[in-house]
Amino acid sequence: MHQDWIWGLVGGLMIGAAAGVFLLINGRIMGASGIIGGLIDGSGRDSVSERVAFLGGLIAVPPLLVPLYSNVDTHITQKIWVLVLAGLLVGAGTRIANGCTSGHGVCGISRLSLRGIVATVFYLLGGALSLVVFRHILGVI
Amino acid sequence: MRSFFAFLSGGLFGAGLLVSGMVDTKKVQGWLDIFGNWDPTLAFVMGGAVSMMAVVWIFARKREKSFLGSPMPGPFSQLVDRNLVVGSLLFGAGWGLAGLCPGPAMASLSFNGWEGWLFLIAMGLGMAMAPRLKIWLSVFDRASMDTTPSDTSPDEKPALARDTRASAR
Repeated sequence: MHQDWIWGLVGGLMIGAAAGVFLLINGRIMGASGIIGGLIDGSGRDSVSERVAFLGGLIAVPPLLVPLYSNVDTHITQKIWVLVLAGLLVGAGTRIANGCTSGHGVCGISRLSLRGIVATVFYLLGGALSLVVFRHILGVI
Repeated sequence: MRSFFAFLSGGLFGAGLLVSGMVDTKKVQGWLDIFGNWDPTLAFVMGGAVSMMAVVWIFARKREKSFLGSPMPGPFSQLVDRNLVVGSLLFGAGWGLAGLCPGPAMASLSFNGWEGWLFLIAMGLGMAMAPRLKIWLSVFDRASMDTTPSDTSPDEKPALARDTRASAR
């Protein structure tokens, strides 16, 4: 537990480096919701292979690192309604706001984008309210 | 070549999400649970990622083209509107509910079993529904325009055109 912040910082620097590679080499903003969403609604049909390759790396590389860990427990919920409702909210919300934690958060805040900062304030607020309602008031998560 | 570096970037992103603990839904919910047992780890993740990227932007701003020759992204929208605020609130609510946002949902797919796939399918559905939801949200724009008629003319026509198309279906 006491070392969590060091790994958080190291992982954060890696995430920033990944966004840097995508920006400097490919000339793209590394936004996970935009990369996925462009494949779903067809708005990214001129860059399908690049998007698929990015997602391929994102899905395939983490399990390769697992031998370095004793165990990876993601603590994901088994409640079906939670998974479905949360998925719908995350999918719709990120596309309506045109960005998520990586696009608005990492790539936006770092260039002091007003949109990125406003989005981050409101998704953190939404997340905190969600915990208040679903954990502390309803007690379902 | 573009795909190779895209794979590399995606892989590094996934590795960072794993190392930082962002794939752990309990940790993410702990970060958002400011009125409960608050876990500050994600501040370090965000801080690390943003400060690294802030350095990258210093170099990126000076370039007109990426290393592979494509134009750099931008100019960026400056518009802070209802879509940005409402969309972010909805996203945040879902993020808190399951502890997953789009990047980690993909990165942890191999650890999450059927639960991860169910979340991903629902997320894809939500993304597919987003354009329709945006049109519904724009109803409020017309309601607010009625009170300020001087601003109506530029936006009214496209909004009406969208509506007739939607009702024709």
